[in-house]
Amino acid sequence: MNEHILSSLKTQFPESIEKSIEFRGDLTVQVRKQDIVRVCEFLKTDAEYAFDMIIDLSGVDMYRPEGRFEVVYNIYSLKNKKYLRLKVLVDEADPVVQTLGGVWSGAAWHEREAFDMFGIKFEGHPDLRRMYMPEEYEYYPMRKDFPLMGIPDSIPLPRR
Amino acid sequence: MPAKTIDEPKKSQILAALEDQDTTVEIDDPLENEMILNMGPQHPATHGVLRLLVKLDGETVVACVPELGYLHRGYEKIAENSTYHEFIPHTDRLDYLSPISNNVAYVLAVEKLLGIDVPERAKYIRVLCCEMARVASHLVAVGSLGMDVGALTVLLWTFREREKLMDIYDVLCGARFTTSYTRIGGLQQDWTPKCTAMLHTFLNEFDDDLGEVEQLLTHNRIFIERCENVGCLSQEDAIAMGMTGPILRAAGVPRDLRKDNPYLVYEKLDFDVITYDESDVLARFYVRIAEMKQSASILRQALETIPVGPFAANEPKKVLPKKQPTYTKMEELIQDFMIINLGVDPPVGEVYQGVESSKGELGFYIISDGTGNPWRMKIRSPSMVNISALPKMLKGGMVSDIVAVIGSIDPVMGEADK
Repeated sequence: MNEHILSSLKTQFPESIEKSIEFRGDLTVQVRKQDIVRVCEFLKTDAEYAFDMIIDLSGVDMYRPEGRFEVVYNIYSLKNKKYLRLKVLVDEADPVVQTLGGVWSGAAWHEREAFDMFGIKFEGHPDLRRMYMPEEYEYYPMRKDFPLMGIPDSIPLPRR
Repeated sequence: MPAKTIDEPKKSQILAALEDQDTTVEIDDPLENEMILNMGPQHPATHGVLRLLVKLDGETVVACVPELGYLHRGYEKIAENSTYHEFIPHTDRLDYLSPISNNVAYVLAVEKLLGIDVPERAKYIRVLCCEMARVASHLVAVGSLGMDVGALTVLLWTFREREKLMDIYDVLCGARFTTSYTRIGGLQQDWTPKCTAMLHTFLNEFDDDLGEVEQLLTHNRIFIERCENVGCLSQEDAIAMGMTGPILRAAGVPRDLRKDNPYLVYEKLDFDVITYDESDVLARFYVRIAEMKQSASILRQALETIPVGPFAANEPKKVLPKKQPTYTKMEELIQDFMIINLGVDPPVGEVYQGVESSKGELGFYIISDGTGNPWRMKIRSPSMVNISALPKMLKGGMVSDIVAVIGSIDPVMGEADK
């Protein structure tokens, strides 16, 4: 199944598929950033694959100069009972990805969480607010350069 | 540097988000005044620190925005800074109503990364743990749903049953609540005959006791009328929003990871996936009741077929040695020192392992860079995703339905906020 998905993705989007890894039976496909919505729409609407659920969306800070952040999409097909991971690389200078809320509405909250934790912005997201941290918080705590102990005085105290 | 203070009150983002929602609910006789109601985070019926901002027209909910984060402890950050073993106790604190199945879910993900297989007996014990946790968690869900709509007796009766399971945990691993029972490649200690006896006693009484609880609610006209056709979510929405667990199955989708992507020994056990088509609060209640009966059947089958043998894999570089040889033998002492100080040595790679926990799909996505602590660990928590459907479920309902709908989602904020 994994090879099948990969080969049809490669024929459908020869330009967009950058890399693919298979590890312990999990297939991860790295997609060019500007094509992620097209690829996802294809995977969702294709009758054979029918990836109709988004299970998880996760930001990752790889802490490297080129393509510092990754956004990892974990999608699921109810028909084939199959997971697939898609991945895009995001540069620190321009941390913007197209939102997937139009493909799976469940992506919206996961994208808010990735924005809150990593500062990755999702273009076209209707309600990109912080998920867990206070609204006026200035930092992105899951970035690798954010200290584990937190930053003193970064959360405003109530006025006396 | 002086502490910052909050500036002059400006309109908060959460309020702006509420006012941005389109309020296309038609009301026959609208009262003139629109009102904004703030529920929580300390409201007793919101099951923990869930905060809801609700826009009301008369008594009808026209928009709702959930706010999370009041229990955010940064577990993903903690995981990056601790070894794989050190994180096991933190998994207890995710879904604190079924800690033992979180332990199992986490070690399954780590074992998939390491590529080790656990002995058959350990798998059976883990199945027993998961199903006990499911029964315990569903008992709380059913009891607190009853309490939310005004039937307080049910909560007391379901807690009485749950207490018996907590006693089994206590004998099994020495803790009632924060179990930390699993270890990478095995378990903390073996299942004992005393646990078998206690579980048999529990299962013998369980059908009758659950029947009593069920009767209290299913024959209760107030309960039925408060739950029927309340908090509906269409099947398409449930799939598109990524709902899992009882909420998805109550919408008629037979997705159960125990059947669809089997882990442990679930393919050897015989059980049904319960689905209902109504997708309202009542259907979710029925799904949970029926799932408890299925879990009881799984527990009986597992107790009958559990094999004898070791309960930890024979992988000295990855599985913690037992205490006795660690104190007396050199090899084990070295392995113990290495695992505790440097962590297990995983390969470079990334895995995702999801299990069917009582709330839905609980998954761990681990990226390993080959060192003793994960480079990144994402927790896919079912409660957070399920809460994201609250605005859809509540829109057009009444204020009094809010508590019933929250009770039917059964969120645990420890898991939703991570």
